[in-house]
Amino acid sequence: METVITVGDLKKTFTPKARKGIEVKALDGISFEVSRGEFFGLLGPNGAGKTTTIGILTTRVLPSSGVAQIEGIDVARDPVSVKRRIGVVPQVNNLDRSLTAKEILLFHAEYFGVPKNEREQRAQRLLERFELSDRADEKINGFSGGMVQRLKIGRALMHDPAILFLDEPTTGLDPQSRRAMWDLLTELNQKGLTILLTTHYMEEADQLCRRIAIIDHGKLLALDSPAQLKRSVPGGYLIELQIRGGANGTFSEALRSLAGVVEIKAENDQVRIYADRIEGLLANAMRLAGEQNIMVTDAHVSEPSLENLFLHLTGRSLRE
Amino acid sequence: MTAFIALLHRDLHVVRRELPSFLLRVVLNPLLFTFIFGFVMPRMGIIQHGYTDMLLPGILGLSMTLSSMQAVSLPLVIDFGWSKEIEDRLLAPISIAGVGLEKIIVGVIQAIIAGIVVMPLAWLLMRVHLHLSLTDVINFVLIALLSSWLFAAFGMVVGTVVAPQQISLVFTVLLAPMIFFGCAYYPWAALHVIPWFQYAVLLNPLVYANEGFRLALTPAMPHMPLPMVYGALIGFSILFTWLGLRKFESRALD
Repeated sequence: METVITVGDLKKTFTPKARKGIEVKALDGISFEVSRGEFFGLLGPNGAGKTTTIGILTTRVLPSSGVAQIEGIDVARDPVSVKRRIGVVPQVNNLDRSLTAKEILLFHAEYFGVPKNEREQRAQRLLERFELSDRADEKINGFSGGMVQRLKIGRALMHDPAILFLDEPTTGLDPQSRRAMWDLLTELNQKGLTILLTTHYMEEADQLCRRIAIIDHGKLLALDSPAQLKRSVPGGYLIELQIRGGANGTFSEALRSLAGVVEIKAENDQVRIYADRIEGLLANAMRLAGEQNIMVTDAHVSEPSLENLFLHLTGRSLRE
Repeated sequence: MTAFIALLHRDLHVVRRELPSFLLRVVLNPLLFTFIFGFVMPRMGIIQHGYTDMLLPGILGLSMTLSSMQAVSLPLVIDFGWSKEIEDRLLAPISIAGVGLEKIIVGVIQAIIAGIVVMPLAWLLMRVHLHLSLTDVINFVLIALLSSWLFAAFGMVVGTVVAPQQISLVFTVLLAPMIFFGCAYYPWAALHVIPWFQYAVLLNPLVYANEGFRLALTPAMPHMPLPMVYGALIGFSILFTWLGLRKFESRALD
């Protein structure tokens, strides 16, 4: 498979322009490759370094060190050639507020030298596909979040890019718009477009992406297909127990001896039990707690998921 | 080059759509000024008739420089500070400096439109008798272009340095003294009565624009020597273009 995105030991430190501010290490040596036609996801909480990674790959941010290439072209050395090959859907609404929806598409294509007839046809087609035809001649002031998002994607597609970058494309959308956005992105990928998206929604990464890179604090924690990633969680199943007053070592030891348990993590007043079998486990855990006079105030059982993997890797939840 | 022309097309498309409000912004102030100082007060006998000859170049200079400066600085302040809309233009396959230069050109074009509208109106109201030689006309065109460029580039410096919440403060603190000390309402040569002031105002680039217009339109009136005008206009243009583009690049890239 042909590699179209190459990221190697990429680092970025933001040095504040004001004298007092502190340096922020946004990326601390990230490496991955994306093949042509792939649907690739960067998953991580806010502040993990996702937007910085996309920023560097789309020529908006200068890397501090490391390799970032689009179709073999270095993004810092030849940003103009890179811009010709990529479509960008940023997180913020940066649509041209002085133009109508249709003009936004037409002028964007004109920047890229798409001939007049062709850009007219493309704009027409995209407006129809994205259900924006009846608002085509309006400025975007009154557009809903979903409409803005669709128009941003339409703009990115107007010059027929080889790779589409989307930064948190469904943040702030209602469930219905999110579902429609997923269908749209799947359709574009099936037509052969390479897509790299960032998200902090596990379901989104799970549903859409062929491979997922999990990043946190500027570091790559795991990289694989969603199925493989889920399988890599020790045991896969997770039982979380909330314990009044916190757990002691004896309780953890006792839990570890239960059938199916792979790993125990005790932290403050929470105990996490990773297991590869779930049958009877909760009941046995509760019995042990009863024997040791430990008060369990809450218990939660979950199936193998990316959320569990993230929790396992970082000790934190993806959700804020 | 395709991208540069397309960006220019986009900006002129927007200017054309917003032409009525643009004209109002550009024309109203000089027109009111011309009406009071060039028409009403001379009739009252408070101001001598010859004063209008002094005033016409200044009014034209102010209209052109201020409109090119505003045309560049205000959108940039909003783009960088709040809407991030500049990122839409930065997606275009063109260098960041290319996007910046295009903004300066648009500022120059807006200044030319302002000049074309204000010039005949002011002239009609003030009835200044202009006898222009070919050299005067060439000087006039060159000075108009140079001044517009200088202030478009200056607008880029202001637009990339100032935060949105400071913009009104900057316009009061920076622009008001520039206008009043800019030799628009009096010729620089006449300032010899207050020598320290005559030298102090040389820091103000607006002085050279207004004196330039004075030199081209009313060469018979006292004005700054020609090499001094051109030297300063070119010098300030290079300085602000360099500074403005550098600031623009550093704001556009993280």
